[in-house]
Amino acid sequence: MSETWIILGATSSMARAFARKLADDGARLVLAGRDMDDMKRTAADCRAKGSPVAEVVRFDARQPETFGAVIRRAEREDGTINAAVFVGSMPDQSAIDADPSLVDGVITDSFAGPARFLQMLAPIMEARGSGTVVGVGSVAGDRGRIGNYVYGAAKAGFHTYLSGLRNRLTRAGGHVVTVKPGFVDTAMTWGLEGMFLVATPEKVADDILKAVAKRKNVIYTPFFWRWIMLIIRSVPEFIFKKLSV
Amino acid sequence: MRWKKTEYWGWGRALRARGEVARPERASALTTLSAESPAPAIGNLRSYGDAALNDGGRAIDMTRMDRVIGFDPETGIVEVESGVNIGDLGISFAARGWIPPVMPGTGFATIGGCIANDVHGKNHHVVGSFGQHVEEITLLQNGRRKTVSPQRNADLFRATVGGLGQTGLIASAKIRMMPCKGDMMVLTERRIDGWDEFIAALDSARSEYTVGWIDATARGAALGRGILEEGEITSGISPSGGRAREVPFNAPNWALSAPVVRAFNAAYFRRVPAGGRTTVKPITAPFFPLDKIHNWNRLYGKRGFHQFQCVVPIDQSDQLRRMLERIANSGLASPLAVLKRMGNGRAGYMSFPMEGYTLAVDFPNRAAAVLLIAELEQMTADAGGRIYFAKDALAGPDNMREMYPEHDKWLRAVQKADPDGKLATDLVRRLKLRETS
Repeated sequence: MSETWIILGATSSMARAFARKLADDGARLVLAGRDMDDMKRTAADCRAKGSPVAEVVRFDARQPETFGAVIRRAEREDGTINAAVFVGSMPDQSAIDADPSLVDGVITDSFAGPARFLQMLAPIMEARGSGTVVGVGSVAGDRGRIGNYVYGAAKAGFHTYLSGLRNRLTRAGGHVVTVKPGFVDTAMTWGLEGMFLVATPEKVADDILKAVAKRKNVIYTPFFWRWIMLIIRSVPEFIFKKLSV
Repeated sequence: MRWKKTEYWGWGRALRARGEVARPERASALTTLSAESPAPAIGNLRSYGDAALNDGGRAIDMTRMDRVIGFDPETGIVEVESGVNIGDLGISFAARGWIPPVMPGTGFATIGGCIANDVHGKNHHVVGSFGQHVEEITLLQNGRRKTVSPQRNADLFRATVGGLGQTGLIASAKIRMMPCKGDMMVLTERRIDGWDEFIAALDSARSEYTVGWIDATARGAALGRGILEEGEITSGISPSGGRAREVPFNAPNWALSAPVVRAFNAAYFRRVPAGGRTTVKPITAPFFPLDKIHNWNRLYGKRGFHQFQCVVPIDQSDQLRRMLERIANSGLASPLAVLKRMGNGRAGYMSFPMEGYTLAVDFPNRAAAVLLIAELEQMTADAGGRIYFAKDALAGPDNMREMYPEHDKWLRAVQKADPDGKLATDLVRRLKLRETS
């Protein structure tokens, strides 16, 4: 594969697993995130696995001035530029309830920042006439629930944004895959109560790669979350509002 | 960092621990953990007994610290986080002409575990133990980084290699890889009809990789019969892409009963034609014969099993023969028994290897087997040999000082490195290794 992938939020374990699988296929990588030391390690690992290029660039969803450098680095590579967005943040809903100012950060990390970044990238993908965007949303975005509705709302916004971006890039030869993971075995979920059917980051990365190859539009990973969420979405609101699922 | 309340167990599944486990994904998180709540590091839990257990306490799961963080193609020195699996390292570098010089019997062992147990492979008589190929180790001691190598902090290095994780968290290490011709192995197998022939064959074997599979259920004239495997690495294209396949497996309780094991062993022996045979296989097959059967430890059912492994000096092969006789006559042994000649290569104060013969036998976890293993332990001590901490679940503290004569040097370094005993494990407590005698 002689394609270039921008990985936003490269320090998450899902992103790490995805980047390593791309590296196995020889992809060029631009790893973007905040923890430079951690990303340097992942970059070295990807080079050892077969990436001809694996570089790190600082990116902070809350600092739009960091966005340009990421895009410029990717632009230096010829051919198709793809982007996978793994950024997002999920403070406890109770913390947000206690401090409403946290809402802004969640929405910036999970929706506004990535959307602004992709708006900057879209014209380049259009000009090159190719490229795939992988946007990692969440099953939490399918319905607002008492446990994490601010995070869910941000992800729902991101889903809708991705749907529109797909509509736009499709006409220029590009593509957008919306990924909705269920519970994934990461530092975020480690030791949390009430986890079930937890998937490994490697499994999620495999599912994403398959979806990219088949140009799927919206995937749930693991697949059965599609059916779980179908049920959850079909509960009438007058009942749902009394549930705590 | 969140702690997860969980139960975990050694590979033999006979010993278990309950406690809180943290699983850092980044170096920064690991450093914080080491500063705020030092606890023993655990990896893929391939030690059979309690070397990686801390019942009632905390442990730090290193399996997400699993990246190659540097490689120099000029020297072949690779730097890895300690949660990297040795098998993964082998697979990803073999195709490019490099291989870890020492690989234990399972590819699922982490680099941290390979160091902390100073593991050996089927080529121990040629290249020595794992620790002899470690250039440098980065330890975390209460949040502070400390670099140790055979040159720098040599005492602490020797206490760390084979040191059961007691000198600090092994965060990363530099390993000197070995150039290799490819990722295939030419494997020659031949039948050995009895004990004396086996010892003679091991003594005269000249191959890089040599190991004996022994039928520990054969008695009388057939005592010590088995198969000698000799291998050399070669070039070629690996048909499965070099990746191990995983097969889920569940077996009923009678699966490893005496008649089944005897029948299996007899069939396994005859699997190799009387005239021997030579085959070419991907290196993962002979290195890690059981890894393709994921969770094969479940074959032993809920009660689990024990592995006994000892090494005795060269001139004590008769004592080893007597031990094998006891095992064969007990009717307790399982299919997996291994006999190998070791060289004298070892890198740490508490390393297992010594020049001699090593025997490893599995037993289902039953009262009779526990008694037999105690007897075998004593026979090992009488022969001036030692038992392997990575396998042991049953030994008592009495023979340990004698088996590990450099224990006092290790203990001095450990008491300095971890004075409060925060890194002590169930094994260290059981064998009273941290107590001054």
